[in-house]
Amino acid sequence: MSELDPSILTLVTFAPAAGALLLMFAPRRDREIRVFALLVSLFTFVLSLHLPAHFHRNQTGFQFERDIPWIPTPNIHYHMGMDGISLWLVVLTTFLTPLCVLISWKSIHDRVKEFFILLLVLEAALIGVFVSLDLFLFYFFWESTLIPMALLIGMFGHGRKVYAAIKFFLYTMIASVFMLAGILWLYANTSPHTFDFVKIQAAIHSGTVPGFAAAAQWLFLGFFVAFAVKVPLFPFHTWLPDAHVEAPTAGSVLLAGVLLKMGTYGLLRFNLGLFPDQARANASWIVVLALIGIVYGALVAMVQPNMKKLIAYSSISHLGFVVLGIFSFTQAGLNGAMFIMLAHGVSTGGLFMLAGILYERRHTYEISEFGGLATPMPVYSTFFLFVMLASVGLPLLNGFIGEFLVLTGAFQAKPWWGVVAATGVIWSACYLLWMYQRVFFGVVKHEENNSLPDLNLRERVALWPAMIMALAMGVVPMLWLNSIDPAVRNALAKMVGQ
Amino acid sequence: MPALMMAALRTMPNLIPNSDYIRILPEIVLSVFGMIIMVLDPVMDERRSQRTLGVIALLGALAALAATLYQAKEQFWGLGFWGMVRVDPFSIFFHVVVIAVTIVVILSSYEYMEVQKIRAGEYYGLILFGAVGMALMSSAVELVLIFIALEISSIATYVLAGFRRRAATSSEASVKYFLLGSFATAFFLYGVAMMFGATGSTSIATIGASLGLFNGSGGPLLAYLGVALMFVGLGFKVAAAPFHIWTPDVYEGAPSPVVGFMSTAPKAAVFAVLLRIMFQAHAPGRVWLMWVAAALSMSIGNIAALVQDNVKRLLAYSSIAHAGYVLVAFASLPANGIPAAMFYTASYAAMNVGAFAVIGHFAGRDERFVTLEDYSGLGRRSPLLASVLTIFLLSLIGIPITGGFFAKFYVFSAAMQGPHPLVGLTVIGVVNSAIAAYYYLRIIVFMYMREPRDDAPVPRVGPGLGIALTISLAATIYLGVAPKCVLDYITRAATFLH
Repeated sequence: MSELDPSILTLVTFAPAAGALLLMFAPRRDREIRVFALLVSLFTFVLSLHLPAHFHRNQTGFQFERDIPWIPTPNIHYHMGMDGISLWLVVLTTFLTPLCVLISWKSIHDRVKEFFILLLVLEAALIGVFVSLDLFLFYFFWESTLIPMALLIGMFGHGRKVYAAIKFFLYTMIASVFMLAGILWLYANTSPHTFDFVKIQAAIHSGTVPGFAAAAQWLFLGFFVAFAVKVPLFPFHTWLPDAHVEAPTAGSVLLAGVLLKMGTYGLLRFNLGLFPDQARANASWIVVLALIGIVYGALVAMVQPNMKKLIAYSSISHLGFVVLGIFSFTQAGLNGAMFIMLAHGVSTGGLFMLAGILYERRHTYEISEFGGLATPMPVYSTFFLFVMLASVGLPLLNGFIGEFLVLTGAFQAKPWWGVVAATGVIWSACYLLWMYQRVFFGVVKHEENNSLPDLNLRERVALWPAMIMALAMGVVPMLWLNSIDPAVRNALAKMVGQ
Repeated sequence: MPALMMAALRTMPNLIPNSDYIRILPEIVLSVFGMIIMVLDPVMDERRSQRTLGVIALLGALAALAATLYQAKEQFWGLGFWGMVRVDPFSIFFHVVVIAVTIVVILSSYEYMEVQKIRAGEYYGLILFGAVGMALMSSAVELVLIFIALEISSIATYVLAGFRRRAATSSEASVKYFLLGSFATAFFLYGVAMMFGATGSTSIATIGASLGLFNGSGGPLLAYLGVALMFVGLGFKVAAAPFHIWTPDVYEGAPSPVVGFMSTAPKAAVFAVLLRIMFQAHAPGRVWLMWVAAALSMSIGNIAALVQDNVKRLLAYSSIAHAGYVLVAFASLPANGIPAAMFYTASYAAMNVGAFAVIGHFAGRDERFVTLEDYSGLGRRSPLLASVLTIFLLSLIGIPITGGFFAKFYVFSAAMQGPHPLVGLTVIGVVNSAIAAYYYLRIIVFMYMREPRDDAPVPRVGPGLGIALTISLAATIYLGVAPKCVLDYITRAATFLH
């Protein structure tokens, strides 16, 4: 036990928020603001390293807990804590944010202060989502992520940014009110009334919630809709391509890297944790949706003329794997799902950064505008190749481990799930390699592409961590799986124990 | 004259105890200052009277606040004036809300009147007189006195609505509000008569004692009629559907600070009356009456607001919807519903009076800038004003860290309590609050994501408005972050009603 343990989650969550608050009163000197935002996000990252360093791998239950009453009626607690499931998602968030700051250094030159305030607020809210153990607190942070994200898209995006921002906002907001209704039902029917996740889970498992049997299916669906839209699971995915294409690079990185994981995290934590019987009963159609998402996302990605839209649809496909893994209810499947969440965050985050770098130079994402870029930008194309292969799932890189585990789990559960999902791996190789070929190989088709500058130092500094992480996760996955595995085992044991 | 008063008069002691005067001290203070203004107005120089009288009004409101705090001592709790008024934490709470709103409105009117070149000292007098009626409504426990208080406050607001003399819409607002309002109060009076017929009393405590025997269902038909008719009158005042038709026209025409005033303070006071009638008097048929009114108000208000292009009309419909949210609490169990309604009223007052203060400032001479188009690019032209308005709008949506979020949460969680949770109404409510996000967001979108139509500088915010906005902003954030103190007080206050 370190002295920092009880308050570390609070510190990590609110460090970026405090930074944003200070920025609000800062004078509009863009350079200093950028440096300050970078320092704050780096500081948060360093703080968050305390978590894996002091995490007890084999201890079940929540760690670094802090539970203090916040509001007496309704009985709301400030209850934070983390287990192996949320541990790495928090670190992923704090890892990606400094990269986002770096990648936005030059591309954001108007309203710089607002941009970095929003970015830091978003980081705080995202961390809060993963560490909240009080359903009210969770909902609080969940909704808090909406505004900064929508504003980032709407204020700093391009093209039909307003449409995309509003669509994003309304989709997720409407879906999450059903979760709110579910949360309120749970609160009202526990005695004593509580929003505490651990207590509610215990009450449900011991069967002391009156009327639960009748309401459980509706509750499950209420939570499910909120999370499925966020993931996004087919057919709730239509907001995602719009939001991604119009968002600024940093917005896309956090959107794909972390925001979508809020949905899969929610499915794992709440849908499986609170309603295991309903999760089993509904698994068959949810898996079908996930499989459709895998194949459909990949096929649509293949025909996209827009680089960013292609990456966006590839996210739908990858997140389909995560949902498949979760609803396979196997140790391997869940481990794989968790691992893909992290790997996808790193590699897709990297892809969006690379696409953004190209956009800064040419102000377009159209694949047909490029071709033969390997000649003027050799370093860039090497970086791109590396990150892309990580995303494709090349062995020894991070994408492979997760997909392999999920497929193993799927085969254990129902072989045909595995067969269909496995085609997704092939599709992803097709669309990414084809895009790579069209953008980088051949001769330079457009004159202006000849003079594109290669990566500069700042861009390399932003990309290296993602690449190192992709490699490390592929070579020594056990560093991550060590702490994921017991948490998943624990979650599964509760489901079997029914 | 009602029997109770007659009986009281017959046994009237020669002296009214001094403590009785303390029980109406805030009303006395407000009336005295109001009369001072009325007397000074004609004798002062017309060009300078506005400033001086405004300061006097502010002093009056502050003195009334001090009187309320003095009155809050436990030794003064209890009935006064032969059981017609009652001081308890419940009445103190609404006094504070009404007087705080009055202070904010006076502060924000100061500049508004200069810009509109309205030289009329009686404006401030009328605001104080209106506040007298509203304050009295919250402490009156006798239906005839409630009626008188209602009329005092109404007549002041009828006149205030017509204060933009040069604008036809303002006169229309005044006449419309007056005609329909008088009609509505007549209904209320009729309801009082029915109630007297059913129970033989106009004292809420006595009515409650006789109707309480029926436990909310059954009971004399006259009592049902009485409740329904009284609700027609009171529902009109809080702009609850189906008695809301006047709202958009009146809000559009009336001066913005006045709209801020009459959409919050009289509503709070009337909700106090409704709480007494519905809960303390054990009104029969309460749940279903409130259920229908709440569902209608929320749905009509939100759907109609979706298509508004005038910001004042938009907020008028939003105000109807918010009345609906409060009525959800009225359909809930007393122990949860009363505090929820009280909290909602207070946080709605904070955010709405603030929003209208910004709108009034931005509207400019003759309120020219009130359409959504006019708000284009406000985020660039006046970042501070735009960000303040954004926070109020986010609170109206119900986004975390603001009072609006917590208020909604509290109302819906109240509705889910008890053996018969209002699941249907809650679902209607949460879906509505998601729909509502769209039209509030439209304003934010125009402010931040549209290019300014013209670069006419937004006038500087003067000290009065600055203080007014600071107060309402602080209250909105405070209620959203640390509502514990207020909730504790409200929960205790609610016990005085049931």
